[in-house]
Amino acid sequence: MELIRNFPFFSIMIAMFSGPVCSVLPGKVARVVNACVIVIVGIMSAVLLGYLYVTGESFVYMMGHFPAPWGNEIRAGVLEAGMAMFFCIVMLLSVLGGIKKLFDEVVVSKHNLYYILVGLMLSSLLALVYTNDLFTAYVFVEINTISACGLIMIRENGRTIEAAVRYMIMSLIGSAMILLGICMIYDLTGHLLMSNIKESVAAMTAGGTYPEPLLCTIALMSVGLAIKCALFPFHSWLPDAYGYSTVSSAAILSSLVSKGYIFLLIKIIYRVIGFDVYKGSGVIDVMFIFGLAGMIFGSVSAIRESDVRRMIAYSSVAQIGYIFMGIGMGTQFGMVAAVFHILSHASTKSLLFISAIGLTDVSGGSRKFIELTGSGYRNRIAGLSFAIGALSMVGVPLFSGFISKLLFAEAAINLSGRMLPVFIVLGISTILNAIYFMKTVIRIYTPVDESPYPRAHMRQLPLYSMVLCAFVILNVVLGVMSDPIIGLIGQGLTMFD
Amino acid sequence: MSRRKTDEEYSKTKAYKFFKWLRGENSYIPEETRMDMGLLIPIEDDSTIKERMNEKQMAIDKVYDEDSNKLLKFFNKMYRVVAAMFLVILAALLIYNVAFLPPVGERDKPDNNEVTERYIEKGIEETGAVNIVTGMILDYRAFDTFGESNVLFVATITVLILLRLNKDKRPDRDELEDHESSDRIYEPKNDVILQTVAGFLVPIIMIFGIYVILNGHLSPGGGFSGGAIIGAGLILYLNAFGFEKAERFFTEKTYKWISFFALTTYCLCKAYSFFCGANHLDSHIPLGTPGAILSSGLILILNICVGLVVACTMYTFYVMFRKGDF
Repeated sequence: MELIRNFPFFSIMIAMFSGPVCSVLPGKVARVVNACVIVIVGIMSAVLLGYLYVTGESFVYMMGHFPAPWGNEIRAGVLEAGMAMFFCIVMLLSVLGGIKKLFDEVVVSKHNLYYILVGLMLSSLLALVYTNDLFTAYVFVEINTISACGLIMIRENGRTIEAAVRYMIMSLIGSAMILLGICMIYDLTGHLLMSNIKESVAAMTAGGTYPEPLLCTIALMSVGLAIKCALFPFHSWLPDAYGYSTVSSAAILSSLVSKGYIFLLIKIIYRVIGFDVYKGSGVIDVMFIFGLAGMIFGSVSAIRESDVRRMIAYSSVAQIGYIFMGIGMGTQFGMVAAVFHILSHASTKSLLFISAIGLTDVSGGSRKFIELTGSGYRNRIAGLSFAIGALSMVGVPLFSGFISKLLFAEAAINLSGRMLPVFIVLGISTILNAIYFMKTVIRIYTPVDESPYPRAHMRQLPLYSMVLCAFVILNVVLGVMSDPIIGLIGQGLTMFD
Repeated sequence: MSRRKTDEEYSKTKAYKFFKWLRGENSYIPEETRMDMGLLIPIEDDSTIKERMNEKQMAIDKVYDEDSNKLLKFFNKMYRVVAAMFLVILAALLIYNVAFLPPVGERDKPDNNEVTERYIEKGIEETGAVNIVTGMILDYRAFDTFGESNVLFVATITVLILLRLNKDKRPDRDELEDHESSDRIYEPKNDVILQTVAGFLVPIIMIFGIYVILNGHLSPGGGFSGGAIIGAGLILYLNAFGFEKAERFFTEKTYKWISFFALTTYCLCKAYSFFCGANHLDSHIPLGTPGAILSSGLILILNICVGLVVACTMYTFYVMFRKGDF
């Protein structure tokens, strides 16, 4: 077996290993170790992606001496490797972009704890991406939940602790639903391995046995994961958690944590339940309607906010709605659009969070719109990146948001019964997006004669500026060179079967 | 384009008024009160902003005050009723679904398949562990268990973040001593009965915990349960003899290094075994004779690691909740 085939296993293990190692290191060294781990994992995922693209087929990797239904197993395909690489890039940039803020907001003696959480978060995301076993997925969902709580409350003020408690309650309800679903499907099929469950489920639907528990299982798992990634009616934990936590945490939570769960849901749809069975159940319609509702209500809530960080947070609700709309379309094209939107939203939302922090820093730390007036002139690079992120979210050509909206619209054509609602809601949501994002952009570029706050120059913040540039480049790459990426996503989704 | 209506007639229509309004020529605003439509940046001194914020806060408080807002009161009541109803319906649906699940204990139940068969029939032979459950969680599905012990680790880290006192923000020494002495009033630390009983019990508990961990592959128990027993013993010792004596052998450094050592060992052992297994190499780990203490390959080492992590986690939780610092 080639060495490259070990890479998924190596990357999960290295990321998990970095946790205990960081616990005995001082904060400064832990930061370097953490960054190195993310870079190494990213490079390995990139090599793996290249290898899988050339060979054109996925493989399973046996975790131990015992083959699949008895032992654990992980699986790597083009989509998994690509996702892992992308997660590493976004995570590295998010952590680097928030370092300065971390020093302001978190006690120095707790910095190494922060990097432990980041390392374990990365490992859990990788495991969610690569797993081929439902119970392994659940174990890593737990790690993900707890470390996300830690990431939220490390700032240790009242708002973040309240937000973390709220997040934990909602998230644990989600975990409980997933666990119930896994228990029921184990009872029905006698397996935890994804491919075996899929065979049994196909046999069950063909034979017509146990239709009620199967539907219940699908609903429990879908809703559980939907709660964890803040689909519209379950989003009440989100604005505080994203709005008040330290900026790296906000970027990681919004762009990676929720995406990991969505990826797991897609994996469950394709590899556990089977796409056709899932389509046949009514759950997909519920997801579709929740997605549509989220696209509108998330944007409406964002318009009403007067706090820039919370506004960006509410915008996430709308974007998660887009992704679920894509999943709810029930076609391969819809799914491709949803996966592409995962990428585009992850790269844009973290860009917005990190550039917003630059703007609030030159406005006396206030996040109210009235104080932000003219901040785009005081910190030029942050203003420019915020404007680019906003344009991308609204869906202006050249940037990634445009491609995902185009893909959603293309996927909706010829979709009987769903074309009209998709187009209408897509249109309304785009206008609402434009209202609140352009409002902010105009606000930060409104000149003020005499500002009480000093300007920040690029040279004072070299790392921050570089991170923002990298995010912008990532965004433009997704927007301009979308064809090969979409091809890869399509190839990866066909590999799932 | 010709107009059908004269100017005078047209000026009475709604369309005329609409376009006039759109152009901003609203006739009923007198010239002198018309505002300059340029951008206004209100320049206010601090006090007015504060006053306004205060007023806003008062208004918000009034809106959210249940006594003055009947609608809110109604909503809150209805919210509780609807939530309870929703939960009841959800529970009823789930119970209804359970009725359709395959009945427990039937011979041809789906989960009575080749997976469990191999665990039961070949478990001892393949893992060397007499206790099949331990063989399952620490050999067949060791990756999941590694994840579980990391769950414990990350939970401790989160508790540390939340409860550990920040050394930079530490209250001055007197205040701390005050806390200690008041703690002493409510929880008598030098209680003779407690100390005598603990003197008997703690060694027994410790030895029993070690026994449970070491025999994890032979009898019911293992790292998780044995670790919990040792943790309970440590907590009892702390309660009886106080922090001063407990700190002689268990400080934050001890916790750090023990959990580092345990998790690293687990990670390296299992990484080696996973790597060998996946690449079809012989791992050269002897399984020994089933039933002996030194048998079943890595399981004994892993049990010890898990036990250490669990014991430290329990003790650290207790210390953090009690005092916030070691």
